[in-house]
Amino acid sequence: MANSHDAREATMIGRRTDGTIIRRPLSPHLQVYDMMQMTSALSIMHRITGTAWSLGLIFLVWWLAAAAAGPDAYASVQWFMGSFIGVIMLFGITAVAWYHTLAGLRHLMWDAGYGYDIPTTYRTGWMVIIGTGVMTVLTWIVAIIAWAS
Amino acid sequence: MATFTLPKNSTVQPGQTYKAEAGATNVRSFKIYRWDPDTGENPRMDTYEIDLDKCGPMVLDALIKIKNEVDTTLTFRRSCREGICGSCSMNIDGLNTLACLKPIEDVQGEVRINPLPHMPVVKDLVPDLSQIYAQLRSIEPWLKADSPAPPDEERRQSKEERAKLDGLWECILCFCCSTACPSYWWNGDRYLGPAVLLQAYRWIADSRDERQGERLDQLQDPFRLYRCHTIMNCSRTCPKGLNPAQAIGEIKVLLAERES
Repeated sequence: MANSHDAREATMIGRRTDGTIIRRPLSPHLQVYDMMQMTSALSIMHRITGTAWSLGLIFLVWWLAAAAAGPDAYASVQWFMGSFIGVIMLFGITAVAWYHTLAGLRHLMWDAGYGYDIPTTYRTGWMVIIGTGVMTVLTWIVAIIAWAS
Repeated sequence: MATFTLPKNSTVQPGQTYKAEAGATNVRSFKIYRWDPDTGENPRMDTYEIDLDKCGPMVLDALIKIKNEVDTTLTFRRSCREGICGSCSMNIDGLNTLACLKPIEDVQGEVRINPLPHMPVVKDLVPDLSQIYAQLRSIEPWLKADSPAPPDEERRQSKEERAKLDGLWECILCFCCSTACPSYWWNGDRYLGPAVLLQAYRWIADSRDERQGERLDQLQDPFRLYRCHTIMNCSRTCPKGLNPAQAIGEIKVLLAERES
């Protein structure tokens, strides 16, 4: 076992009928559990989007650093952000930021002691998913209008 | 630490198939996790074809039929067959539940049956629960009061005080919730898990108990309580329709209020 201090280690030792010792198997977990149900799927998405958003902020730092470094550096960042890959990436960061924000509000609600019953959990789960789509598209509509005008 | 794959001795191999008897028309396959300590081989998935026309409606009925008529070596826990003893908890079709309360017709296609997830396997569908029982003992699940009980009568509660225990006392300790919790999978050595925390809250919420502060002190710990990340798999899977996540949330609120 990777972690030799795990208190569960003692329960991994079993005995055969003849009394000799055998190491018990660990029952399947991720391999068999329905992880795509609303509860666990949105939870792991919250972690993934939190990580992705943090990584995405590296590009914001790059952009700010380039702005401070001078027009040539700034122009090359602007070129990248306007390229196909750059736009896809920015769109992804927008979606990820909205998901993490909305799911974060859902967690705040729970931490305040509300919304634990399963029908509400599913309803707020769908609100986060649909809200992410709507807010991401809205953000880009506003951005494109502001950019074009 | 989280290990997402199974250890080498735990990977599941294909097993045998027990064909349905000739002439059976309403056949359903049950794929069941098998492990026998005496062979020393890795676990395997055996397939049993069962004629549902000659079987009761619940998954437990099928397991009992297999043990009685097809393969007597199949090992599983069961007792009351009506959802009150909590013995036959297992993973059916990807979710933890009680085999006696799970209708076969609720499952699409073949019925996959595994032991409760991320637990040491004693044999087949029987997990070792000693760690989780030790954790239950650690929260001291009994009434603790310094004031003496009134003579010749019980400690009284108002209807409102008693109502706070509804949704808590019904827990039958089947541990479907704890073994559905990824956080309990990765940190079950120190995180108490939803079932035990619901029990902890059952005593914290009891108006007759006089050690609420002490009980909260015990839980104010980054692992015992706060490894709960509100994933909600526990409440989703509870075969009794209880809400362990909410009980944990109530403990967190009490601790936050105490700090402020």
